[in-house]
Amino acid sequence: MRNLFRFILHNHVFFLFLLLEILSFIFIFNFNHYQKVRFLNTSSEITGKVYDSFSKMYDFFRLPAINRELSAENARLRSILGVSGTPGEIADSLVSHYPSADYQFNFIPARIINNTVNRQQNFLTLDKGSLDGIKPEMGIITANGVVGIVTHVSPSYASGISLLNTRWNVSAKLSRNGYFGSLVWDGKDYRKALLNDIPFHVDISAGDTVVTSGYSVFFPEGILLGTVESFEKGGGDNFYTIRVILSVDFKAISYVEVIENIRKSEIENITRRNGTDEITD
Amino acid sequence: MKSRIKYPVMFVTLVLIQVLLLNQVNFGGFLNPYIYVLFILLLPVSLPRYQVLLLSFFTGLAIDWFSNTPGLHASATVLMGFLRSPVISMTTQRESEQSDYPGLHHTGWRWFVTYISILVVIHHFFLFFLDVFSFENFFRTLLRSMASTVFTVFIIVLSQFLIFKE
Repeated sequence: MRNLFRFILHNHVFFLFLLLEILSFIFIFNFNHYQKVRFLNTSSEITGKVYDSFSKMYDFFRLPAINRELSAENARLRSILGVSGTPGEIADSLVSHYPSADYQFNFIPARIINNTVNRQQNFLTLDKGSLDGIKPEMGIITANGVVGIVTHVSPSYASGISLLNTRWNVSAKLSRNGYFGSLVWDGKDYRKALLNDIPFHVDISAGDTVVTSGYSVFFPEGILLGTVESFEKGGGDNFYTIRVILSVDFKAISYVEVIENIRKSEIENITRRNGTDEITD
Repeated sequence: MKSRIKYPVMFVTLVLIQVLLLNQVNFGGFLNPYIYVLFILLLPVSLPRYQVLLLSFFTGLAIDWFSNTPGLHASATVLMGFLRSPVISMTTQRESEQSDYPGLHHTGWRWFVTYISILVVIHHFFLFFLDVFSFENFFRTLLRSMASTVFTVFIIVLSQFLIFKE
């Protein structure tokens, strides 16, 4: 016993090294389950404050670009409304003011205060938190398309995983013919991702639009993801490997919208019930 | 007395430079300099090794906290902190002439550049491969870590002329 003690004491540096490495690896592997880890992420108040104050300064220098982005979005929205179609001119004003049966999504505006594109798992931090109604598992979009999904919230900040995250994929479809697959980032280029699970018989051409399928509860149907750049038949399986140019420039995003799906729990309940039915019947 | 303020200030400065500047400016997603390791590299040579290890761990965790990577930077920095002392004794020939404070001006540029290069290589290779967590794109990751190493060493040498001169 005393020998063992002396051995450990003699090699205390090595044992401390082992201990700290084991501790680090426990952190690394626990973090693979995003929802479980409640500490050491950028939704915390301290990291949020640091990023917030810095990004205000940084955004100041980007104001021209941000203005262009916003005015482009205004133009896009106006073209959807139609030239004469301002909301006041709709004959039945009740229509636009009360939620209809289709009403399913709320949009909360937010600003990105920290964002990376150079890692395998990229994350972003928002300047709004649970006090503004943001909850985990809400989708994040911009006018140009899908950005990511919220994973952690503190009272005034939220952090989320970006689409540029090799451990996350989005349910996507080709808008021309409705065939769906999953869009996943391969960790190489922040402007490109891969669309998987599209079978060989589907007619694809370069330039086809890829949008969200609406099958996941995070995003409404038809949010832009990107356009098909190239496609090839992968060896072995029956699915295309499709390279997609992402519509969002992840290096230049600042203002985003967080999507609240007010029927999320309802949809999840019914899906769960379907699953159990299959097992019991 | 002076070092009592010097090291905390250096720690905060390096962490902030890392997370607010270098982590934001990513050159095509390819070059990622991590200069926060300079804090560990500049610790006095005579500092007990267990203290170097603990400081490495907490420096790594501070970076991890800001970049949503619990454990990643901590493990790479602890490895570097552990190998710091062997690298110092390996590269030093005449013990008596060695200054206790590593630096371009105290210890001579030839020794200093060798010392930081070896440790930054170890840190960056470990970090990049652990981050990708596969040998799938082996050469791409190798190239990324090599390019970033060169960049980090360059910034560290530059910083020696600018800030930590005294």
